[in-house]
Amino acid sequence: MNDDLGARVRGDFPILARRVNGHDLHYLDSGASSQRPAPVIDAMDDYYRRHHANIHRGAHTLGDEATQMYEDARARVASFLHARDPAEVVFTKNVTEALNLVAKAWGGANLGPGDRIVCSTMEHHANIVPWFQVAAQTGAHVEWIPLTDDGLLDMDAAARLIDGAAVVACTATSNVLGTITPIAEVCRLAAEAGALSVVDAAQLVPHMGADVEAIGCDVLGFTGHKVCGPTGIGVLWGRRELLDAMPPFLGGGEMIADVTFDGFTPAPVPLKFEAGTMPIAEAVGLHAAIDYVDAIGFDAIRAHEVELLRYAFDRLDASFGDKITVHGPRDLGVRSGIVSFTLGDVHPHDLATILDQHGVAIRAGHHCAKPLMSHLGVMATARASFYLYSNRADVDALVDGLEHALALFEI
Amino acid sequence: MTQLDDLYKEIILDHYRRPRSKGALPVPPAHRGHGFNPLCGDEVTVDVLVEDGRVTDVMFEGRGCAISQASASMMCELVSGKTVEAVAADFDLFRSMLGVDVGATGSEAAFEAGGEPGRQLGDAESLQGVREFPSRIKCATLSWNTLTGALAGEDEFTETDT
Repeated sequence: MNDDLGARVRGDFPILARRVNGHDLHYLDSGASSQRPAPVIDAMDDYYRRHHANIHRGAHTLGDEATQMYEDARARVASFLHARDPAEVVFTKNVTEALNLVAKAWGGANLGPGDRIVCSTMEHHANIVPWFQVAAQTGAHVEWIPLTDDGLLDMDAAARLIDGAAVVACTATSNVLGTITPIAEVCRLAAEAGALSVVDAAQLVPHMGADVEAIGCDVLGFTGHKVCGPTGIGVLWGRRELLDAMPPFLGGGEMIADVTFDGFTPAPVPLKFEAGTMPIAEAVGLHAAIDYVDAIGFDAIRAHEVELLRYAFDRLDASFGDKITVHGPRDLGVRSGIVSFTLGDVHPHDLATILDQHGVAIRAGHHCAKPLMSHLGVMATARASFYLYSNRADVDALVDGLEHALALFEI
Repeated sequence: MTQLDDLYKEIILDHYRRPRSKGALPVPPAHRGHGFNPLCGDEVTVDVLVEDGRVTDVMFEGRGCAISQASASMMCELVSGKTVEAVAADFDLFRSMLGVDVGATGSEAAFEAGGEPGRQLGDAESLQGVREFPSRIKCATLSWNTLTGALAGEDEFTETDT
């Protein structure tokens, strides 16, 4: 039974054993950042204890070992994403930097007045603000794919908007609604229109993995810390010919082939985009994280999360009826393990504080998606998000905490 | 859950549900300040009318959590009729109650816990429990910072730190 997954892996995550405010920790904020299993912590610990030196400088044994481990991580990410070539994998600080890199480097070189950048209404600010920035510099402008009432992309409108667009910047999974978008279809429309397709896969990769060939995108970004990996490392995958043609983003050490008194020649990809000393231990940790989730398998992870979603919907409906508003699609086939909601007239921040006193960690606020909040007509929502280690006890604690919140506010 | 009962006292929820002094004043002669906390989205607008160095009327509008909205309501009730200097002293006292350092203002204000309820800060004393929730202190101080800005002729206040 899939519900066993939570029990089976829970012991791998040391932090889940701690208590918070006198209760067992019920961590329902994996959408913001996941927790780390011991193999990831151990891999980084071992790297620092035995192998650390700067990379790509040759000259000594430790440097060779560290370089090998860093490049092994790149190759592992490439196979994980079903990429043809490890050189298509660029390490960044996070997905925000990955998306900025594309917007600034590709957009700066290729966009001009009148060009249209098409974003979906459910984008995270990381896939909005860089496009506003490059639009202001180039004279391009941003347009929005609207949503249907049940929180899906309006694909008829998408087809119209994407026709003739220069860029399509779209999330594969909404961090607020949990909507799993038909991203391959969006990318197919973009390809037909000759537009660059940019996929924010921050919320897709941890739960379902990603196959860049199947998605058919031009570039895709994800971040390590949401997929059981460390903070401080993200990935930009891009088609080789696209990356080859793009100018560098940051300038400095590592990213050059030559520097003279007259100028510089950039290094070939991927080093062209990796200026300065990179997060080496974090790459090693990400490698271990990918090995970890891949060994469990995305079929099992997804089935576990769908099962938890079903349980959560049943319990929330039964306990709160029309007092609770859950945003996003009810069709679990197109919904990731994210439940954003409002409860009565209790503000989400008050809910988060009350739940925290029950040991339940959730996110409250605008989730860095203010255009979506505006579309939904709310200032903020509370958000519970699941991962492979979540279990029914977490959902039960959530419901208990929410019942307490309602009782507290009933005066 | 004692801490929660301290945080969400009945009087706080009463101000949240039935805010006093909610509304707007004609601007001018009143001065208007907008306060915003970009982290959590709490918003408050404070209209304050000052005549002969005294707050003769004050109203607020806002959207946000129970703490931020109740605090605004309690503040308006407390400062109405007071001199601008007395309002500043109240804010120092309020911050002192929440454990926020007021040293920079040179004030000697120190809130005495356990005194006769309401003696120093009226209903706003019920917000003492916020002290135990560091992430929520800015919710309680947002309206006060906005009022202080409005009294100094500043239109916008954005929370950055306490």
